[in-house]
Amino acid sequence: MSEKVTNKTVFFNPFSKNNPVIVQVLGICSVLAVTAKLEPAIVMGLSVIAVLAFSNVIISLIRSTIPTSIRIIVQLVVVAGLVIIVSELLKAYAYEVSVQLSVFIGLIITNCILMGRLEAFAMANRPWPSFLDGVGNGIGYTIILIIVGFFRELLGSGTLLGYQVVPQSFYEAGYVNNGLMILPPMALIVVACIIWVHRSLHKELQEP
Amino acid sequence: MENLNIFIRSIFVDNMIFAYFLGMCSFLAVSKNVKTSFGLGVAVMFMLVITLPINYLLNTYVLQPGALTWLGEEYAEVDLSFLSLILFIAVIASMTQLVEMVIEKTSPALYSSLGIFLPLIAVNCAILGGSLFMQQREFESVWTAVCAGGGWGLGWLMAICAIAAIRERIASYSNVPGPLRGIGITFIITSLMGIAFMSFLGIKI
Repeated sequence: MSEKVTNKTVFFNPFSKNNPVIVQVLGICSVLAVTAKLEPAIVMGLSVIAVLAFSNVIISLIRSTIPTSIRIIVQLVVVAGLVIIVSELLKAYAYEVSVQLSVFIGLIITNCILMGRLEAFAMANRPWPSFLDGVGNGIGYTIILIIVGFFRELLGSGTLLGYQVVPQSFYEAGYVNNGLMILPPMALIVVACIIWVHRSLHKELQEP
Repeated sequence: MENLNIFIRSIFVDNMIFAYFLGMCSFLAVSKNVKTSFGLGVAVMFMLVITLPINYLLNTYVLQPGALTWLGEEYAEVDLSFLSLILFIAVIASMTQLVEMVIEKTSPALYSSLGIFLPLIAVNCAILGGSLFMQQREFESVWTAVCAGGGWGLGWLMAICAIAAIRERIASYSNVPGPLRGIGITFIITSLMGIAFMSFLGIKI
């Protein structure tokens, strides 16, 4: 019974209370770079979920055989192998998105969420909880990506997933898209606003 | 001349932090005071200058489509570019370890100030990002790679020192709303500086 409860917290904690992006502050780079539109943000989120879950499982399986002095290299090689698979799959089945994401798929390797979770969780836990932790953190990351991507695409281009949602009559009445939202710095401000709202709701997270 | 141009562009226009937002994790985690930030910045610059040329040579003579022609005509068809991610990261991780050992043996003073940051460097996106941009942009010579690496490193160093200085002041002199304290306000400062850095767009020497 206690096992089940821990698995549940392991899976659901990263959604809000221990969110990898806004609480642990990991993996910021890609949040900023890929969220100008919603579609690449979702693809990126899914890729990170897949890589994170499987690398967690693999490292957790071989955790007792890795010598501590070279563990970072071992972890990086495992992650790099998985990222190559994801990147080749994307090139084959979703070529246009993979062009938009350009180097950022490769940069999943150095996404701090991966190293953070591998070090902090997979090196010390059995494969099944590690898998749940990977998926949970991946989803936590994807939630933030989707929120940021949603606001940036809606305010910046007036579209969602490529479909126009701001009615034409608005434009005729003088409404103009906020071009600033397309630029990467605005992603930081959106993330800062998310942090603001989140920490107002969870007072225990505020820094003194 | 071309290389100087790339060097300057890499510092200001293509600044790793303010234009591409790479290496943000260690940037946000370490930029609490200027001294440690400077140490980390120097370490990042050092690694960029070392790994970029190595990865450039690796890319030109091993990985590119047709790069293995020097082995013989029958290898001209081989395309190993799908291996680039794993080789680049292996070079970066092993160079980090190597540099750490060399510094430890030769200069204990430098090691005590730089050493703690070296493990952080292996997973810094700015370093791998530099190599990937190098591959994407098809640099002309190994010197271009050195100049771009130096420029990116210097830009990163400058950015982290600037932010650390601002954060030091904010911590002691201003009254930030509770939920924004710490990370939140740092995001906003970085964003404003990023917008300021956009004014460098289009500089050419």
